[in-house]
Amino acid sequence: MTIASPIETWATILTVAATAVAGDVLTAGAMRRIGDLDHIRAHSGLAGAVKAVTTSPMFLLGVLAMATSFFALLFTLSNVDVSLAAPASASLTFLGNAFAAKLFLKENVDRRRWLAALFVCAGVFLLSK
Amino acid sequence: MKHTLTPQRYLILLAVMLTASVGDTLLSHGMAQVGPVSLAHLGLLLAAMKNPWVVAGILCLLGFFASYLTALSWADLTFVLPSTAFGYVVVALLSKFWLHETVSPYRWAGILLIVCGVGFVANGPSLTPHPAPADDAT
Repeated sequence: MTIASPIETWATILTVAATAVAGDVLTAGAMRRIGDLDHIRAHSGLAGAVKAVTTSPMFLLGVLAMATSFFALLFTLSNVDVSLAAPASASLTFLGNAFAAKLFLKENVDRRRWLAALFVCAGVFLLSK
Repeated sequence: MKHTLTPQRYLILLAVMLTASVGDTLLSHGMAQVGPVSLAHLGLLLAAMKNPWVVAGILCLLGFFASYLTALSWADLTFVLPSTAFGYVVVALLSKFWLHETVSPYRWAGILLIVCGVGFVANGPSLTPHPAPADDAT
């Protein structure tokens, strides 16, 4: 079904992955700032938890990036085989997120987590074969 | 300090795994019915919102988002993400044992790699200890 050129194919896949990484890191950063949702829900109920999340500008920015990624994925899926587009963008997102989580979220991405990111990245790609 | 998870939190991670892969499968099925979308006809993306499979996929992904955010509020991104990949394994196993599809050796290798990857992080701490957020928190 692939009707796009290789450059178009990889440009759309990269766009999906880059916006997905931005969305993941922004929402994860927002959730870290907001704190444990279980605690918030225990104190101020579900409405309080929803309010805490939806009033965070960082979270809203993350959702914007995720929405962009979603529409980029819909666009990509209609032009590129799903067996390439889905695993390729997912694999790239896993690797990109490991880098971005270390860089921006200062997460302790130790050897175990790097290995996990690499194994999952390769595994997701192999699933499409 | 080692962060471990309660059974209830493992249930949230299970919801993250299942809703993501089921939602993606529904979306992919729906978009196959909608047909190719070109840059010149982006309006077709809005028309896709009328396809029941796409709508069901979006609903599933909303459920995914709620559980994903909950997980991110008590665990690291690099801890939660590999578990989302475990959903692909579930789908592959379902297609093998329920739909009786053939799972190629490549797929089995992929399943093995993902299971190992998830095992690596599941054994470790779920959260990087950070000093309490200071004045930069808004």
